[in-house]
Amino acid sequence: MLFLSIALMYACSKNEDEVTPEEKKITFSVPANFPAPVYNFEDNKLSNAGFALGKKLFYEARLSADKSVSCGSCHQQFAAFTQLDHKVSHGVNNCQGKRNTPPLFNLAWQKAFFWDGGVKNIETSPLNAITDACEMGTDIQTIIAFLKNTAPYPELFKQAYGSTEINSQLILKSIAQFTAVLVSGNSKYDKVMRKESGISFTSPELAGYNLFKEKCASCHAAPFFTDFSYRSNGLDLVSTDEGRSHITGVASDFGKFRVPTLRNIEYTSPYMHDGRFYSFDEVLEHYNSGVKASTNLDVQLKNGIPLNTTEKEQIKAFLKTLTDNEFIKNTLYSES
Amino acid sequence: MKLSQYFLALLCPIILLSSCKKNTDEVVADTKSTFSIEFENQVNGSPLVLNTTTYKNAKGEDFKINVFKYYVSNIKLSKADGTTYLIPESYFLIDASKSESTNITLKDVPTGDYTKIEYTIGVDYARNFAGAQTGALDPINGMFWTWNSGYIFVKLEGTSPQSIAAGNTLTFHIGGVTDPNNTIRTFATEINAANPLRVRTDSKPNMHFIVNAAALFTGKTDVSFATLNITMGGANSVIVANNYANGLFRLDHIHN
Ligand code: HEC
Ligand code: HEC
Repeated sequence: MLFLSIALMYACSKNEDEVTPEEKKITFSVPANFPAPVYNFEDNKLSNAGFALGKKLFYEARLSADKSVSCGSCHQQFAAFTQLDHKVSHGVNNCQGKRNTPPLFNLAWQKAFFWDGGVKNIETSPLNAITDACEMGTDIQTIIAFLKNTAPYPELFKQAYGSTEINSQLILKSIAQFTAVLVSGNSKYDKVMRKESGISFTSPELAGYNLFKEKCASCHAAPFFTDFSYRSNGLDLVSTDEGRSHITGVASDFGKFRVPTLRNIEYTSPYMHDGRFYSFDEVLEHYNSGVKASTNLDVQLKNGIPLNTTEKEQIKAFLKTLTDNEFIKNTLYSES
Repeated sequence: MKLSQYFLALLCPIILLSSCKKNTDEVVADTKSTFSIEFENQVNGSPLVLNTTTYKNAKGEDFKINVFKYYVSNIKLSKADGTTYLIPESYFLIDASKSESTNITLKDVPTGDYTKIEYTIGVDYARNFAGAQTGALDPINGMFWTWNSGYIFVKLEGTSPQSIAAGNTLTFHIGGVTDPNNTIRTFATEINAANPLRVRTDSKPNMHFIVNAAALFTGKTDVSFATLNITMGGANSVIVANNYANGLFRLDHIHN
């Protein structure tokens, strides 16, 4: 028995060496300053082949109705996987969606998805984009038929899952292998927090950090820079988008949206659920002087957040420390 | 009967050999077999015919049905002694447009006489929020909401002259699992003890249920299509779920 298992171990390790001579093993790594993730790949074992397939599907424009739009069209890596310069998402047939595309990273820590928290699992979150007439405008049957008849997909499914069988579950699970692996935790802020050698805040950044902790962190809480709650920050007296109440049916949730992460905020303009602001200055001026007394306005904001010019500059300096260039430029996540 | 006893007698030593600790009683309980359930879709006693036949709701309003689909899940059987058996992974989508879907087969059920059956009309809480699923729960079946995770438990689409929606349509998509608009309902029915569901290695019984699509619109609250012609989750879906909770299914008979 012992001999057998040793032999097996030997056989296995030998095999692995053969399959991946120099290819880097795809891993899901949890930064030291992050808590345990919600999604842990338990029912979706991470593999190089599964990740590669998910990435290919993510960048595959032929999945959409007019073959012009992929996930990557709206979720662009250089914009931390949001859609640069688009107030609201831009899909097939030049259709404009109703909400600003959220960035995609650290999704493995999210319990709910979308601005209103309507979607509850990372694996099922692409479904709305696939079927929405204004996003990719197609359906899963069509996608399955396309993949079954298009090389090299059957082969890629075989490499990832051991069979050329293609179904919605395998498509969604492989896409999740890609999206859940997107972790952004190597910003200057992270390195300072982890006390990595030689890295410290400049004095404006430090002043900004202290202001941020005092005025913003109650909602934009570290390490994700969101507490994942739904709130109104007083953008409109009466919101045109129901927001959270569309999901809960509760009037006190009307006009509330998920507190967005501020990681990589330098690259994710425009801002807010409808993309109404293009710059940090507009956002900070909103908190300083533009907060409207909407019915469900968060109590913390009833007097706005008064900020003078110096304070604004300091907060801006701090927000830029949340940029993770290693993430934005990581070729592992790029279309190849 | 005789035959099955011989068969069991034959089987016993084999099972005993493989698991030495078990006594004969347990061996009998360990045998497994199959039964089936047929769901006969009707509307107030008439057969359900999609697209063409006109029916009346409890308010006397005419309507036609184009789509009628529903989930039956977590099927649980009970014996007279109170022991129960929950059939694992029992998720079924019955679709009136697919005749093969109206007869479901349940395999590997411990043999015995069952005197009660219960099941969820819809899908349990956990699966509504789970990752990508296959089979009956595959989103490909058009019973999964993509903007508000969760399954449509019962889907009825049709038309009524009374509906003020564009095209006089009726859109009843019932689902949602969180309070106050939780629409998960459990249906349970006792089985006549004189003719229980006899699951035997040598007999595969069939249960026959009548499913009344009109039950969505009557019961606790009679629905008028003039005022309620579309619901996709929310408070109005709860009204419909409360209606069909008791009226949708009726056990007609069992072929043992
Ligand atoms: C037309 C633009 C568009 C396309 C194409 C698109 N998305 Fe999105 N995506 C959005 C928008 C807009 C939202 C936010 C929706 C909302 O909040 O209502 C979103 C949300 C998401 C989320 C949830 C993010 C969060 O933090 O809540 C994920 C995950 C996601 N998309 C993945 C994908 C994948 C995978 C694909 C390809 C199958 C895809 N998207 C295609 C625009 C798009
Ligand atoms: C009471 C909670 C709360 C506080 C305090 C708060 N915010 Fe926000 N913030 C929100 C919410 C909610 C949104 C999203 C609003 C929407 O889109 O409807 C948001 C959006 C933002 C955005 C846009 C992000 C994006 O990707 O669209 C930025 C930037 C921002 N806040 C920065 C700040 C800064 C800086 C402070 C402190 C000066 C601050 N916030 C204080 C709740 C808060």
